[in-house]
Amino acid sequence: MFFNAFIIALREIRRNLTRAFLTVLGVVIGVAAVITMVTLGRGATETVKAQISSMGSNLLVLRAGQGWGGGGAPLFSTADVRAIEGQIAGIKSVSPLARGGASAVVLENARVTDIQGTTPEYFGIANWKLSQGRFFDQADLTEGAPVCVIGETIRRELFGKLEAVGSKIRLKTTSVLVIGVTAPKGQAGWGDDLDDNIIMPITTLRRRIEAKASNQNIDQVMISGEDGYPSEAIVSDVSTLMRERRGLKGNAQNNFSVSDTRQIAEAVSSSTAVMTSLLGAVAGVSLLVGGIGIMNIMLVSVTERTREIGIRLAIGARAREVLLQFLVEAVTLSCVGGVVGITLAYGLCSTLAKVVGAPFLFDPKINIIAFVFSAAIGIIFGFMPARRAAGLDPIEALRHE
Amino acid sequence: MSEERLIELHGLTKTYGKGDAEFKALNGVDLQINAGEFVAVMGPSGSGKSTLMNLLGCLDTPTSGSYIFKGISVGGLSKDQRSLLRRHALGFIFQGFNLLARTSAIENVELPLLYRGYSQKERKRMAREALVSVGIGDKERNTPAELSGGQQQRVAIARAIVTNPGTLFADEPTGNLDSRTTVEIMELLCRLNDDRGISIIMVTHEDEVASHAKRIVRVRDGLIESDVIAHGRSGHGAIH
Repeated sequence: MFFNAFIIALREIRRNLTRAFLTVLGVVIGVAAVITMVTLGRGATETVKAQISSMGSNLLVLRAGQGWGGGGAPLFSTADVRAIEGQIAGIKSVSPLARGGASAVVLENARVTDIQGTTPEYFGIANWKLSQGRFFDQADLTEGAPVCVIGETIRRELFGKLEAVGSKIRLKTTSVLVIGVTAPKGQAGWGDDLDDNIIMPITTLRRRIEAKASNQNIDQVMISGEDGYPSEAIVSDVSTLMRERRGLKGNAQNNFSVSDTRQIAEAVSSSTAVMTSLLGAVAGVSLLVGGIGIMNIMLVSVTERTREIGIRLAIGARAREVLLQFLVEAVTLSCVGGVVGITLAYGLCSTLAKVVGAPFLFDPKINIIAFVFSAAIGIIFGFMPARRAAGLDPIEALRHE
Repeated sequence: MSEERLIELHGLTKTYGKGDAEFKALNGVDLQINAGEFVAVMGPSGSGKSTLMNLLGCLDTPTSGSYIFKGISVGGLSKDQRSLLRRHALGFIFQGFNLLARTSAIENVELPLLYRGYSQKERKRMAREALVSVGIGDKERNTPAELSGGQQQRVAIARAIVTNPGTLFADEPTGNLDSRTTVEIMELLCRLNDDRGISIIMVTHEDEVASHAKRIVRVRDGLIESDVIAHGRSGHGAIH
């Protein structure tokens, strides 16, 4: 009986392809919209998460001033770094970060870039990996050796096809030996190129590049927490310590800030996840409207096909067979709509992913959900028209013009 | 001459509406039809002949009285049971042909077989056979729009007989046809009656058409007015 209903339904769909197309259109668009929105949203979330975790896990950054600018607020000192290292519990390692800038020159190539002066611990804290060479070590730091590790962008722009490790870069008046190249991290969420920098011992930066050994200012203090130690506790301990050291009293506002990358990652990914579900819900409404479209056309079609139903009933179709036929028609149409929608979404996602710059993560789960949902829409919205068809009186139906 | 009783009506009434609007379409009809008969039911419009046909065709149930079809009391059957009775024992031909539009002749003829659960191969074979037997074996791919009225009615007849029903109900089968085609269709029905022994009950208001039947029942005001054995059927043996 079910197989028969399927054959009959397929014949009816084939008989009027225009009607079938119009019926299916709503579901196609709905399914495609839901999948595209959710897939792109997830891709965006994953990108943001990956970028933030590439900056370092359990990473806390102590900056001057409030927010990202921090202009005018007092910087930090080596004493601050030692105090944090010695007095705060749950810290794995701490490293100072002094920033400078210079034009880097190799042969005829030049590039203005960021220079980060730091300690060897920084590489571990900020999650840098090497693609060539080595990081500088404690001896380089003590000595203020003219060595540096360069980012992938610098390597490409200054050296091109030449060997970078072992070559020298001229920064201002100093020649610095390249001892390593970091593996690319890509663009940060806020648009900075993380690979456009040169990392060297903080001593080298002060003595040789800035030529002001007296300048003890540190722009940022990078702190990595022990695995499993609550980062919130470290944030609050560091804040308390710094308030004490700076003599901030009572209600005085912090003139520094401590940010926790994991918290940022969680906040950002939860907000993109909210956006994703919001967009998915809006697209879901269009799927619902598609379902109502199916019901609408099926209802019209029951009226239009009253005579056909009359013929079927007269030649001995039972009410439940007519019901099944119309239900199978609706479900077949909505499932076809689902499949076409998934295909359309696949095309849309792969195109839009390139445009938006998010990775294309084709999640089979969302496709299965969308397909099952479209089949369910066929059953739910096909049922009322089917019941109306099955309830027709054969005599009345045959008389219908 | 022992004949099998096909249809037996006793005091059959059918009432539409309620109270003041009550209308008795049939007012106590008694009628017996044997297997193999070709009966024409005649009467002016509003006489109750359509109501009678709907009841005989198991499309409707009587208000009171009894209708025994091959020993089965139709009044006691459920809607589904009547559907199955129509599916297995009855064939229908209508004035307006009632073929499915945009559907080939052979698929139209296959329709009742689909409900009887035949395999695709069987369906094709039986439908083809039925089309050949009504003389349009070469039109199986054509849709109703591509066929003349007479050809369409032949497709409808093929659809009605494809399941080998014992009884055929024809409601004004020639009402939409010209006189020449009418004769052709009536001859086809006579042949089905004679050669295959199919009982035919046909509603018509044309004497010319009715004259092909072996028996003419006239209905007026919900009652049977006359019931005569016809002799006008030339060239066909009416003796069993």
